[in-house]
Parts: sequence; structure tokens; C-alpha cells
Amino acid sequence: MAKVHIKLKVNGQEMEGLAEPRTLLIHFIRENLALTGAHIGCETSHCGACTVDLDGKSVKSCTVLAVQANGSEVTTIEGMANPDGTLGALQEGFRQMHGLQCGYCTPGMIVRAHRLLQENPSPTDEEVRFGIAGNLCRCTGYQNIVKAIQYAAAKLRGEEFREAAE
Amino acid sequence: MIPGSFDYFRPQSVAEASALLAKDDNARVLAGGHSLLPMMKLRMAQPSALIDLGGIGELRQIQFQGGQLHLGAMASQHDLLASDLVSEHAPILKEVALLIADPQVRYLGTIGGNVANGDPGNDMPAVMMALDAAFVLEGQHGRRNVKARAFYTGTYETALLPGEILTAVEIPTQVKGGFAYEKLKRKVGDYATAAAAVILSVKAGVVDACEITLTNLGPTALRAEAAASALIGKPAGHPGAIDAAVAAARAIMTPAHDTRGTPEYRTSAGGSMVRRAIQRALAKA
Repeated sequence: MAKVHIKLKVNGQEMEGLAEPRTLLIHFIRENLALTGAHIGCETSHCGACTVDLDGKSVKSCTVLAVQANGSEVTTIEGMANPDGTLGALQEGFRQMHGLQCGYCTPGMIVRAHRLLQENPSPTDEEVRFGIAGNLCRCTGYQNIVKAIQYAAAKLRGEEFREAAE
Repeated sequence: MIPGSFDYFRPQSVAEASALLAKDDNARVLAGGHSLLPMMKLRMAQPSALIDLGGIGELRQIQFQGGQLHLGAMASQHDLLASDLVSEHAPILKEVALLIADPQVRYLGTIGGNVANGDPGNDMPAVMMALDAAFVLEGQHGRRNVKARAFYTGTYETALLPGEILTAVEIPTQVKGGFAYEKLKRKVGDYATAAAAVILSVKAGVVDACEITLTNLGPTALRAEAAASALIGKPAGHPGAIDAAVAAARAIMTPAHDTRGTPEYRTSAGGSMVRRAIQRALAKA
């Protein structure tokens, strides 16, 4: 099958490569572009480990063809740090609030939470849980992930994070 | 898991897409891809070509014209949730969209794919039957409308003819009154173990219009006409009438025996979904 020339703007940088039409976006990003931050988990669009931001939408890149994304803007976990290389608000939140244990789900969690906070800068805990319902974590029990996202939300609003009483 | 090989086309118009489709019996149209791509990874589908509708901007439009809500087939579940026109003219669609899959899937999963696929587990077919929606089908020989109530002929079998593409859904303004969609599922992202849609209106304490439809409780979505008739003309909330409606709905359920449970269990759950949906719709009416 003839390969297709695919161009993407990934984390602000123009990138390109050749791929068969059947190549999944996650494989193109990891293998052609050598960005291995987004993980392959279930490969069945359940777990969310492969979540990337595609033209302002959170998507499971195991269930998108690279050719479908041709010409699009993609943001991966590698694009979540601040321009000076320091941790972005979500990365800092996950670190400060212990929002990860094994870390496998974290790239997808953070990229998904990034879009969630773009759409809703002041979510309730319930809205955070609903908003990350497509991302599975088998370690944390989610409590600290919700805190981590609220930490980042507060920081992005310029407020001090206060943990809700338990 | 990687799909088998196929040719890929990204047409710019419906006419171009339908010409491509007519050329190849084994070609499939690609909408959001969240049913088709998983099937292709499992080799349960092996199309020779994919015709990606993602490049046809007009298919994403949501408009209200001529007393009807017009949803382009490529409008995503996320687009429905963001639309004021949907809130105004068919608010039940928002309730349903929020119960479909998860945020990532809702950004890409489309209304057209959901209704055209013919999967009895999809939520929108039953809701479109309750709303008396029509599907716009376009092919090489022109365009025709088929009512949702006449569209589903079997599991994964629909009135779509070879070469036709479902391009839009047209929905009459939802009856003013109460509505509810009750869905039992094992986890976020699962298809319904059983689900029921109810849309009704009440005048002077009496139910004067009612539609009840069912998801994943038969080979296709089902319209429970006898169940709706059991409520119409009866005082709203009349316990005997609700019991009769639940019994009539259960009588037409023939769910498959699958990982979601036995037919007996799923029928029992289906009855509960119908009862809850009726009660919640009445409370809002």
C-alpha cells in the first residue's frame, strides 16, 4: 500500500513523515516522530493512556488514523512543560499532590486535563471526575489525580490551592 | 492491533464521496471511526477503502430550518452538547450524549455514525425513533428521507442501499413536556445493559402524548407503542398505568444473552429503566 506524506504541527513544531493509511496516530507519533511520551495501553479506546490533543480536542490516538490527522495541530505530554523547561501547572500539580504512582496513565491524564481546564477553568471535583472518565488509572484511586488537577486549575487562575476538607 | 491495508480517500463533497463509494462494493465511509476502526483492528471489518467524510465541512453543521433541527451527520456528540439549538429544540439529545462513551470518544464520535451503524447497542437510534426523526440518505441516484422508525431492519442491517451515505438527521421540535433517558451500564464507556427513552406531555393532569423506545433490548432499537398507549389518556403518575406500561414494554424485549447478562436479567433491568424514565419524565412534565 502506498505510503502517504503526513504533516503535523506537534507541540508547536512542524513535523512530517511517511505512513501507510492504516498507521494509527499513536504509532506515527511514537515511531515516526520519536515522541514516546504518549503511551499505548489497551489499544481499544478504553484506557486513555494514548490521549493527545488534536486541534483542540482530546482524542485517543490508538483509534485515530495518522492520515485522518494530516494537517492538524497535535499536543502531547512533551508539549506540557513551560517554554523555559520548568514543569507546567498540571505537571507540578501531579508532582505536588502525588497524582501518580506507576505513571503509565499520567501522560494521557495530563493532556486530557489540559483540555478540560481550557474548557472549564473552575471545575468542581465532580466535573473533574466526569471530565477524566475516559482515562483509567489502576494505582491512585483517582483521589490525588483530582487534587492534582484542582491544584493546577487554581494555579492557572492565579489562586492558592486549598484542599477540600475530607 | 493495526487494521488491515486499505486505500484512503478524503473527498471534499458528498457527490465526490458517493461517487467513490459507488465504485467499490467493499469501500466504507469513515465518520468518527470509533466503531469502525476497532472492528477493523479485530479484523471483524476489512474494507478495501475508507472514504473519510472528515473533509466535508458542511456535514458538521447544526441548523434549525423549516421547523426542524438539522444535524449534519458529522456533528460529533461533543458538538451536540455545545449547541444551543439542540438545547432548545431537542434537549433529550444532550442527556443521551452525556451517557455515550467518554469525553475523548464524544469529541470524535458522530451522530451520523451512531445512527447509521445499525448497532442495537448505540443509544441514538431509540432516541431518534422517540423524536420521530428522519435520516437523509444520499447516493448516486439522488436523495431520499427515511424515518428512523422505518430505518432499522436488523442487527447491523438498515435501509441504507449500497452506495448511499447518511448525510443528515432531521428532527421535528421535541414535544414540550417531560423527557428522560435511563441507561444501565456496567462502567463508563460501556454499551447499555438496558436503556429506555421517554418523551411525554401532560395536559390538565392527563398524559396526552407519549413515546417510549428501547436500546439494546432486541435486534434493533424498539418502539414500545403499547407501552406508550398504556399511559396516554391516563392521569399522570397513575400507578396502574405505569405498571401496565412497564409490562407492555417488557413484552417486546428480546435482549441477547451476552456478557452484560442473561435475557431474563436484561429484561428485568429494561423494565426498571422504563419505569424510572417514565417517572422522571412525568416529574419534569
